[in-house]
Amino acid sequence: MTEPNPINPPNAGRINPGRRQLLIRGAKAAASIAAAGGLAYWLYDREGPKAGIEAEKLVTLPDFSVPHKEGQVISIVQGEDRIKTVNKAIDLLGGIERFVNEGDIVAIKPNVAFASPPILGATTNPDVIAAVIRLCYERGKAKKVIVLDNPINDPASCFTISGIGKAATAAGAEVVMPKENLFGHTTLEAGTLIKNWPVLYEPLAKVNKLIGIAPVKDHHRSGASMSMKNWYGLLGGRRNIFHQDINTIIAELAMMAKPTLVVLDGTVTMMSNGPTGGSVSDLKKTNTMIASCDMVATDAFGCSLLGLKPDNLPYLSLAQKAGAGNADYESLKPLRAELT
Amino acid sequence: MKITTVRRISQVFFFVLFLWFCIVATVGDKFWQIRNWPVNWFLQLDPLVAIGTILSTQTLYWPLLWALVTIVITIIFGRFFCSWLCPFGSIHHFVGYLANRKRKVTEKIQLNRYRKAQSLKYLVLFFFLGMAALPSLASSLQTGLLDPIPLVTRSFNLILLPILDNGTYLTSVEARFYELGWLILAVFGTAVLLNLVIPRFYCRFVCPLGALFAILSRFSIWRIGKNKSECINCKLCEKACEGGCEPAGNIKIAECVLCFNCLNDCKHDLIAYQAVPSLAGETQADISRRGFVLSLASGVLAAPAIRLGGKITSNWYNKVIRPPGALAEEEFLKRCIKCGQCMRVCPTNVLQPAGIEGGLEGLWTPILNNRIGSSGCQLNCVACGQVCPTSAIRPITLDEKKGLGEFAEKGPIKLGTAFVDRNRCLPWSMDKPCIVCQENCPVSPKAIYTQEVFNTIRDGIVTVSAIEGRTIRTTENLPADRFGTGDYYILFGNGERHKIAANTDSSIEISSSGTFEKSASQGAKIEVQVRLQRPYIDLEKCIGCGVCEHECPVSGKRAIRVSAEGETRSMNRRLLLKG
Repeated sequence: MTEPNPINPPNAGRINPGRRQLLIRGAKAAASIAAAGGLAYWLYDREGPKAGIEAEKLVTLPDFSVPHKEGQVISIVQGEDRIKTVNKAIDLLGGIERFVNEGDIVAIKPNVAFASPPILGATTNPDVIAAVIRLCYERGKAKKVIVLDNPINDPASCFTISGIGKAATAAGAEVVMPKENLFGHTTLEAGTLIKNWPVLYEPLAKVNKLIGIAPVKDHHRSGASMSMKNWYGLLGGRRNIFHQDINTIIAELAMMAKPTLVVLDGTVTMMSNGPTGGSVSDLKKTNTMIASCDMVATDAFGCSLLGLKPDNLPYLSLAQKAGAGNADYESLKPLRAELT
Repeated sequence: MKITTVRRISQVFFFVLFLWFCIVATVGDKFWQIRNWPVNWFLQLDPLVAIGTILSTQTLYWPLLWALVTIVITIIFGRFFCSWLCPFGSIHHFVGYLANRKRKVTEKIQLNRYRKAQSLKYLVLFFFLGMAALPSLASSLQTGLLDPIPLVTRSFNLILLPILDNGTYLTSVEARFYELGWLILAVFGTAVLLNLVIPRFYCRFVCPLGALFAILSRFSIWRIGKNKSECINCKLCEKACEGGCEPAGNIKIAECVLCFNCLNDCKHDLIAYQAVPSLAGETQADISRRGFVLSLASGVLAAPAIRLGGKITSNWYNKVIRPPGALAEEEFLKRCIKCGQCMRVCPTNVLQPAGIEGGLEGLWTPILNNRIGSSGCQLNCVACGQVCPTSAIRPITLDEKKGLGEFAEKGPIKLGTAFVDRNRCLPWSMDKPCIVCQENCPVSPKAIYTQEVFNTIRDGIVTVSAIEGRTIRTTENLPADRFGTGDYYILFGNGERHKIAANTDSSIEISSSGTFEKSASQGAKIEVQVRLQRPYIDLEKCIGCGVCEHECPVSGKRAIRVSAEGETRSMNRRLLLKG
């Protein structure tokens, strides 16, 4: 056995393995230092986090409205049969063809706020929704119809118990649940309340027509919940704080949403205990269906079903002032019909 | 096909079935969502659930009759459940295999030897049975803490599926939250990770259900054993032994989980599943009389010891709000196995696993937390009672919940009562209109009603400088554009009050509704008032559903909160004089 020679190792003459390893280690160390430095340079943030909670990207809901036609702004049809009255009301405005064209993708926004059965009238009646969906497909030649809302109660329960989910699906529409990733933040430039607020944007960015269908309901805070208040269901977040200034928020909702058409179903009106109701004794037959391109006019007329005057609803004048519509609906010469 | 292959197919099949039942236990109109799926089947097959509730209630709740099937099969064939059906067992089996597959054969044999500590699980079983056994003293069903079927059900329902779901929204629209979920995960995770130390650690040392099966299989007709007393003693049969029962020698028959690996691994066909005891000898479960007596007695004493806190009697905690149909607290604790089915199915996610606020024994039992989820307890929903496997929450109908039809005389089921916190409520303490609670109250007529008041706002007493038509000019500066929202009024000296339509920094325009005559002259003081509707609770109408609490815009500590006083399941907690 020979002792290893520390001074002249066996492979002397070639590169000293000690030095070789040193070089390798040195190269690796240099690469590590370069990587660490590079990473530090890449991630270097001189500013630090910014104050404020602004969303990175703000969205704006598209304008879905169709060109104005004098004398064809609002129609009011009397009758018990919702399906007949809603068809007639839309026909009076020039038919669904005026609003929905071949290949259109239509979003329908009913009021699905509560997990309450249709008979209690706290949500939009599923028959009206189905009738409008059918019109969109059959006469409007729509490519696709979606139905969406961000309810107050649990969304899945609301769509199920209200019967809206089933009716919409049966009529060939797709129900879009308000999943959290479908919201975008919006700011209403002309408003004071809707600032950087989550709104059910993603599905609406993919459609080119928007139809609101709302019931007529008593609402203790604002007086009445109709087609303007229906857009509350597009908001996300802890939207209840807006109740501190209910009239302004309803007016701003009417400015934010620019629908193609609104339908206000006053076949049955929730006269008391609104907007949840909970008993058929809260309801009254009022046998009226309204279709309109002007939701301020619609609600100005609609409140009469609750025994109210437009003056009782400050949000109507606020919305009119902001240019969202005309509260003097008679000046628009409503088209009227009575079905028996 | 090898018997171990059949076993693996069975394990995968039942694990997938279990997972499927967890996934479908949600309310909705998707085809796969709950539609008479037997989502409780694994819990019903679990004899520890049946025996536990029999001890605590002296009855066998009918769906738990399934446990008899398991018991009969176990008595005849042994612990088939552990290696063929138990989803938790399958997880341990798989993880134990993964963790130790690269070890040497000798190491594996060493790893899978029998250990004296395996008899600990019997003590766990007797302790829990002891807690449930003496209703005259105090009977508390705590088997669910470690019973593998409730444990794994709870872990998937409340932790694993929600974690998956919160990124993908596959089975829920909104993210699901479960308070104290970390503790459930910690127990589950610890049990699973212990396989890295010893395969099937949980099954061998802890599992009270396995202990029960071990006892039940004492007289099993078929059993694993050697068909010859002599062999070369290679011990290959012990290298993958799941139970740690040492089939090579004197087999610890109670520990055998019927994995059949030994049958496969013996190269000489000396091991068989046979109707005679092993020719190399057999040892029964290692349960000492002392261990049995001490663990049982500890359990018997533990239940009343926990009750000394008075948490189900005078010292009950008002935030322990039970779901609709829940039995009175004492009866409830005799049945709840903490499986989390109610919390999984609850469409609003309001049902939460409790901590120890209702006493140690209330851990992971369902309580309502109205701050979590999409909407308090929905009026038209009875899902939790429909899935409860032990009827700790009775399967009530909507009529019973709402007090309709034949239940009209009894009235609705109340979970508690809402209380307005007037120090936090916007209209009560901040002069801000709100009444979101009233709007969302689902009862008809509403349990929340309001009274209208007009409060003069801060710096609201101003001096009239001129009146022109409906416009009043003021001497003092006003905050511009603030009073035209429909909520502000002017009170004149003569008591007349008029709504404000708009204002600038020096003038106020009176709304055109109502007649306005000159009610004040120059120099007169007028008051700017805000109209408030202040919420009140009607004790007789409130059902404690918590929708108001959920919706209250004072989002930290809510300005309206449900407290369990007035819940109809308990006579002691009622608030009303009548009813």
